[in-house]
Amino acid sequence: MRRVLIWAPLGLFVLVFALVAGGLRAPANRAVKSAMVGKPVPVFSLPSLVPGKPAVSSAGFADGKVRLVNVFASWCGPCIAEAPQLMKLKQSGIEIVGIATADKPEDMADFLKTAGDPFTAIGDDRVRKVQFALGSAGVPESFVIDSSGKIVMQHIGYIGPQDMPKILAALAQAR
Amino acid sequence: MIAEGGLAALWIAAAMALVQLVLGGSAAKSGADELMRATRKIAIVQGLLALIAFLMLIWLFVRSDMSVLLVATNSHSAKPLIYKIAGAWGNHEGSMLLWVTVLGVAGAGVAVFERRLDGKTLAATLAAQAVLALGFYAFLLLASNPFLRLDPAAPDGQGLNPLLQDPGLAFHPPTLYFGYVGLSVAFSFAVGALLTGQVGPAFARAMRPWVLIAWFFLTIGITAGSYWAYYELGWGGWWFWDPVENASLMPWLAATALLHSVTVLATRDGLRAWTLMLAVVAFSMSMIGTFLVRSGILVSVHAFAVDPTRGTFILALLAIYIGGALALFGWRVGTVKQGSTFQLVSREGALVLNNLLLSVILGIVFIGTLYPLVAQAMGQQLSIGAPFFNKAAVPVTIALVVATMAGPMLKWRKDKWAALGGKMLLPLAAAITVVVIMMVVMPGTHIVPLLGLAAAAGLAVASMVPLLGRNLRRTPLHIYGMVISHFGVAVCIAGMASDTAFKQERLSAMRVGETVSVGPFKAKLTEVRPIIGDNWSALEATLSVRRNDGAPFRLQPQQRYFSQPVTTTSEAAISTMVDGQLYTVLGASDGQGRYQLRLWWKPFVTFIWLGGFMIALGGLMAMVGRLRRERRVEEDAE
Repeated sequence: MRRVLIWAPLGLFVLVFALVAGGLRAPANRAVKSAMVGKPVPVFSLPSLVPGKPAVSSAGFADGKVRLVNVFASWCGPCIAEAPQLMKLKQSGIEIVGIATADKPEDMADFLKTAGDPFTAIGDDRVRKVQFALGSAGVPESFVIDSSGKIVMQHIGYIGPQDMPKILAALAQAR
Repeated sequence: MIAEGGLAALWIAAAMALVQLVLGGSAAKSGADELMRATRKIAIVQGLLALIAFLMLIWLFVRSDMSVLLVATNSHSAKPLIYKIAGAWGNHEGSMLLWVTVLGVAGAGVAVFERRLDGKTLAATLAAQAVLALGFYAFLLLASNPFLRLDPAAPDGQGLNPLLQDPGLAFHPPTLYFGYVGLSVAFSFAVGALLTGQVGPAFARAMRPWVLIAWFFLTIGITAGSYWAYYELGWGGWWFWDPVENASLMPWLAATALLHSVTVLATRDGLRAWTLMLAVVAFSMSMIGTFLVRSGILVSVHAFAVDPTRGTFILALLAIYIGGALALFGWRVGTVKQGSTFQLVSREGALVLNNLLLSVILGIVFIGTLYPLVAQAMGQQLSIGAPFFNKAAVPVTIALVVATMAGPMLKWRKDKWAALGGKMLLPLAAAITVVVIMMVVMPGTHIVPLLGLAAAAGLAVASMVPLLGRNLRRTPLHIYGMVISHFGVAVCIAGMASDTAFKQERLSAMRVGETVSVGPFKAKLTEVRPIIGDNWSALEATLSVRRNDGAPFRLQPQQRYFSQPVTTTSEAAISTMVDGQLYTVLGASDGQGRYQLRLWWKPFVTFIWLGGFMIALGGLMAMVGRLRRERRVEEDAE
């Protein structure tokens, strides 16, 4: 027993050394991509944030419809900037589900008045649990969900006019 | 000629290290006095030469000698003098030169001051220090020459990066380096003792001041780094469990364990093998941490230039040093005789518990930091975030606080549960009172900050117990050091728990003229205007803030844009009050007159860094106190 204990640190170091030496040869990918892409939407259920808008639940996702899940907030500047693009997507018949992070009902009501309201439902993710479950690190981020409830694409950052072809292509493919 | 002089000094220093290794090695074997004296002198010369090389580099930066590649890429003639000097170590080559300089000077310090250790062990220690130095000299001279010339000379430098012109960034790395490299002395002591088999109280007393001074610098470095990240990143947090932060925390945890176990060895001649192991681990953690940070192998918010050749070189050095020391441990530790033993309920028992818990925390941080590499090896991409570290480390930390409360109350060798129970009553009462008050005033407080506040209250009271019944004038300085350090831990934990439990956050998109409230504050956005700095432009918001009905004051957070290189930074505006800080950040605008603003009211958050500095101060007092006491004992003996 004593012999094992005495040599254990060296054994541990050899393992770490092999690991680090291996890691040194494979350059790391630096984008914070969600590990959830390609997997079904994690199970969650969020209450509604603003009166008159339905709540959001993952149970309703695998119903044959393609959706865009938009993680956003009323306090976020770029979220206002992507609003026109979201409105266009809505007009082309895409269902957009909002997940509001760290937000308040009155602030959100204000936001919807000024920026427009492309959302069919807005969930209240006050403690950012669902945001993190989706593998999103910031706002805004958008996820394309296919007809079987699987996440097929993640878009990090705001959706500008230049991003529209990519988003539309992913939505068309998800059908 | 200055650059050539510096390079020459470096080469000769490397040669001296080789001589030191040979002389020290033979002195350790034969124990001959002349050899011993020569080894000491060579170690001093080696340290001086490294110092000369480093001063030469600083001189080149001060003169803005653009015919030196390192100066041309990292400095600029228009920089303020203080940042020219700091520029000398604000890059890879210079920081490695600083590393070997500290290594050399520390070795010289051992040669000059060390009189307590037996001759053979000291010679072996200096030889070990020479082996360490040789590897890093080779790395500098062969793969990272800081004195490389540039022909033709550049008209001016490129290093006017304003992000790096910050007093925090200028002095934070060298402070950490003093800590990291200071631990190299403990490492060499351990290697020396393993070679000669001489481990005992004299050895521990010789090693202790080095551990304390390294630990002092590490504590200061981590505390300052935490505050720097807090105000500079604009995220309102003070610890992010980022690999770079963990890289400095791991050696600190090992050094904290070491300075407690070395006390057991010095006072009671116990924990011999364990102390040697910790001394090896502490410096190994310093090297692994520095390597992880510098090689760019882990994704971190801190970016350093990545160079795989250098990474491989350092990794090879690590393998030789750490692997070598651990192999030596396995091979030789059998020759170290068993020290004295003790009962479970005793000062030693509490210190062993402290060591075990610190090791567990170290293990948690180590696994969490390296796990992304394991995942990568298995073809997965992931990062380990704060939730893992908090969940795993917080319960162990609370247990550690309890051990810290009990330790100083216990007698050496053997004590009684009943005696401990009696002394623990007061601290326990304090902890319970805090819990009860919190349950009444703020029901629904999360369990983690609640436990934190209770632990802080208990430790604050318990840390004073060693002073009870003592004549305060005649109490030795090192006891005061311990009391202040332990009290500092309580203050620091109180700050963390208070910020976690009581902080209030407000996010909003505001137009000029609108008001938001956070905690007891009302903030009105009175103006947003562009301003121009030396080489940046910024949007600056002016907030007129009132606390309840108090007089209004102004806070002006900025969003800064730098052109070279293109970067955006948030300059948080922070108002510090006795009972906390109001922290404001300006974010992006929506292009239609609304600005993203983030406000936090953070009660007593400043306690975190106040506590950190108290911990460090206590360590310094303990070191000075121990050295003075030993000198007095020596004088009495003569």
